[in-house]
Amino acid sequence: MTAPGSPEEGATARRRRRQAEPVLPDGPVRVSANVCQAAGCLSMGSDRLFEQLCDQVRAEGFGDVAVRRVGCLGLCAAGPLVEVPEECRLFDYVSPDEPQKSAQVLATLAGKAPLGEAAGGRSVADDPFFAHQVKVVLERCGKVDPESLGDYVASGGYRALTKAVTEMTPDEVIAEVVASGLRGRGGAGYPTGLKWRTVAKSAGAGGRFVVCNADEGDPGAFMDRSVLESCPQQVLEGMAIAGYAVGASRGYVYVRAEYPLAVKRLTSAVRQAERDGYLGREVAGTRFEFLVEVRIGAGAFVCGEETALIASIEGGRGSPRPRPPYPAAAGLWGLPTLINNVETFANVPQVVDRGGAWLSSIGTEHSKGTKVFALAGAVKNTGLIEVPMGLTLRQIVFDIGGGLAGERRFKAVQTGGPSGGCIPEALIDMPVDYETLAAAGSIMGSGGMIVMDDKTCMVDVAKFFMDFCREESCGKCLPCRAGTEEMYRLLDRISTGRGSRAQLAQLESLAGMVKATSLCGLGQGAPNPVFSTLRYFRDEYLAHIDDRTCPAGVCQIGDEDIGAMPPSFATAGAGGGHTAALGTSEGGPP
Amino acid sequence: MSEVRTLVIDGKDVAASSDQSILSAARESGIRIPTLCHLEGLSDVGACRLCVVELEGSPKLLPSCTTKVEEGMKVTTTSERLVAYRRNIIELFFVERNHVCSVCVANNNCELQSHARALSLNHFSLPALHPELEVDATHERFVLDQNRCILCTRCVRVCDEIEGAHTWDIRGRGVGSRLVSDLGTPWGSSPTCTSCGKCVQVCPTGALSEKGRSVSEPKARRPYLPYLVKAHGRTG
Repeated sequence: MTAPGSPEEGATARRRRRQAEPVLPDGPVRVSANVCQAAGCLSMGSDRLFEQLCDQVRAEGFGDVAVRRVGCLGLCAAGPLVEVPEECRLFDYVSPDEPQKSAQVLATLAGKAPLGEAAGGRSVADDPFFAHQVKVVLERCGKVDPESLGDYVASGGYRALTKAVTEMTPDEVIAEVVASGLRGRGGAGYPTGLKWRTVAKSAGAGGRFVVCNADEGDPGAFMDRSVLESCPQQVLEGMAIAGYAVGASRGYVYVRAEYPLAVKRLTSAVRQAERDGYLGREVAGTRFEFLVEVRIGAGAFVCGEETALIASIEGGRGSPRPRPPYPAAAGLWGLPTLINNVETFANVPQVVDRGGAWLSSIGTEHSKGTKVFALAGAVKNTGLIEVPMGLTLRQIVFDIGGGLAGERRFKAVQTGGPSGGCIPEALIDMPVDYETLAAAGSIMGSGGMIVMDDKTCMVDVAKFFMDFCREESCGKCLPCRAGTEEMYRLLDRISTGRGSRAQLAQLESLAGMVKATSLCGLGQGAPNPVFSTLRYFRDEYLAHIDDRTCPAGVCQIGDEDIGAMPPSFATAGAGGGHTAALGTSEGGPP
Repeated sequence: MSEVRTLVIDGKDVAASSDQSILSAARESGIRIPTLCHLEGLSDVGACRLCVVELEGSPKLLPSCTTKVEEGMKVTTTSERLVAYRRNIIELFFVERNHVCSVCVANNNCELQSHARALSLNHFSLPALHPELEVDATHERFVLDQNRCILCTRCVRVCDEIEGAHTWDIRGRGVGSRLVSDLGTPWGSSPTCTSCGKCVQVCPTGALSEKGRSVSEPKARRPYLPYLVKAHGRTG
C-alpha cells in the first residue's frame, strides 16, 4: 500500500481519490498560498504539492491561512510555483519531494520567515520578470481557481456580460470593441470590431454562430492553453458577449485534443456557467440565449485555419476551402460565423467592463492593448508573459526573459511559428507590434516567441519549420502539398553540405511560388521561415554550400558519397561527417 | 437572383452574371485559362492552383474557378509571373508521383501531359520524390494506378455529386494523401461502387483506366459528362 500523494502512487489511484479540498478559512484570510495547477507545474508534481501544503496548513491549525489552486503563475520553467500574494512572494522550484522548499513557504505563511531575500523565492514587486508586464488577458490567471465559477464572479467576472445584455444594445457593444482598437490575436491582426460588425450585418435568418479558435498548434506556443487552463470563464464570457453583439445563440470552442486539462476545465466551466445562468436559455435573466459546445480537434495543425476548422466542426475532413466567401458571410453550415481566437475573446470582457477607450490607451498607434507571449527557448525565464504592444524585443528578452541562459550570445528571436520569421540581433530594439514585425519579415502570430542563441543554426531552423509544414500540410492544394516537401528536401541537402548555389536559387523561387499560389494560410506562410533566415542569415546558407561547414556546429555535414546514405550510417563510419561537424564546433565560438 | 456584372479580362470587356466565376466568364469570351481540378458540371475546389489569375489592386493571386466576378474587376490571366508559376505547378505534379508517359494508358490523351506541352516543359529541375505506390486492379473492369494520380478529386466529386455513390475519398494528408475507395476497401470489393465508370471518364491522367486498354489508346469520351449533368438538372 502506497501513501496517498506519494510519487509511488499510481495515476489511476490518484485520479480515483477525491481531489483535495482547498483550505479556505471561514473568517478573514490573513495570508494565502496560491499553488499553480496549470499543465507546466502539474507536470512537476504541483498537485501533490498542493495536497501536502493543505495537510500541513491544516495540521498547523492556522485558521486564517488559505491554500488555493490557481492557474498559471507565469514562470513556467521554474515550477512548481507557489505565490503568497499578501507578501508579494513567488516561490519557485517548490518540489513536493524537497521538504525544505515547502518549509520556506510554510514559514512565510506562519509569518515566521525572515524578511526580504532570505525568505526564499522571488519578490513579485521587484522582479523584472513581472515589472514590465501589463495584465489584461491574464489579469485573473494565477489569482482565481480555474475550476471555480464563484472565484471568477467574486473577482468581477460576468459583470461585463451582465452589463452588455442588460444595459447595452448589440450595436453599442460592437461600438465599444471598435473603439478599443482590438485586433485579432490569432496572428493576422484583423480588426475585431470590424469582423463583429460584418457578422452582425450578414443576413443570418437561419441563425449565426460564434466560434472560439483554441486549436493552438505553433511549435513552442502555449498562450491559449494557459488561458484556458487558468481562466476558462473569461473566454466563455467574451464569447457570450460576442454572441449578444452579433446576434448568435450558439457558440463552439474548438480545442485540440492535445490539451486534455484545458478541455476538462473548459467543459466544467461551461457546465457551471450554464448552471448559474451565465450561459444557456436565459443569460443573466434576460431573453438572450447562448449555448456553448466544446468540440475537440483530432490533432491537425491545419484545423486552426478558419475554413478547415469549420469543416472539422461540421464533421467533415479538416481541409480548407478558398475564401471568399469568408466565414463572416458563410461559415458553419453556410451561416454567418464569427471566429476569434482565445486571447481575443479573453480581451472582450475587459473592453466592455472598462470601456474601449481604456484598452486603446495601452499599446501603440495601430496595435492597441497587450499581447500574451509564450516566451521560450534560450532565455533564463521561460514562461507566459503579457506585455503592452510596443515594448521592444530587447525588453522582452533581456528584462523579462532575464537574458540568455548559460551566458550564451543572443542570435535571433523567432515569432509567429511556422508562418513567422526570425528577427536578428540588429533589430532587437524594434517595438513589438503588428506592423513592425511584418516589416521585419516576420508576423505577430499567435504569440510564440522562441529565443535563439549562437548555438542555433538558421538553416536548421528553416528546415525544422519546413519539416513541420510538410508534415501538417493537408494535401488539398498542390503548391503546399508537393512544394513544402520539395523545399524540405532542398533544405536538407543544403544543411548536410550537399547543396549548391543553384539549389539555393531553386529554393527561393519555389518558396515564392508556394507563398503566392497556395490555397490557405498554411501554405502561404510556410516559406516565411526560409525567406526571413535568407534575408538576415544568408551567409550561413552560403557557409553550408561553399565551405561545407555549419557555423553554429549543429548540422551534420557528410561526405559527398556517404551523404546519400541514411544519417545513422553516415555518422557510424569514421567518415568526414563526424569529424567535419566536430571540427566546426571546436573552431566556432565557445 | 443573378445580376449582370461587367469586368475586364486581359484587356477585353466582358459581361457576366454575378454567379459566374472568373474562369467561366473568361472561357465564354474565348480566353483560355489552364485548369486541372476544374471540370464543367462538378463543384469547384480550387485545389490545383493552375488557374490562378492576377487582379488589379489585389496583392494576392486568385483562383479563377472559385472567385466570382465582381463589377469593375481588372483581371490578368497570363503574365510572365503566372506562366512561371504554372510551369512550377506542372513540374511539381510530375515529380510528386511516378509519371512515365511512354508506358501510360493516357499517353497523348492526358491533360497533365498537354499542359506540360503547352508550357514547353521538357525537363525537370526539381528532385523527383519517387514514392512507392500501389496499383489497385481488384475491380473487374477498372484499374487505379496511384503512380499517376494527381489528387484533383474529380473522381471523388463525380462519384459523390453525379452518381451519388461516394465511393471515392482522400485518405492521409500532405504528400501522403491517397485516393481510396470506401475507407480503404479494395475497389473490387467495394460495396458502394456501381461500376458506372464515371470516375474513369473524368480522370485527367491515367490514374483511373479501363482494363484491357493499351498505351496511348484514347480512353475518355469527354462530352459524356455535360449530358449527364443536364440529365441531373444541374448547371455548371
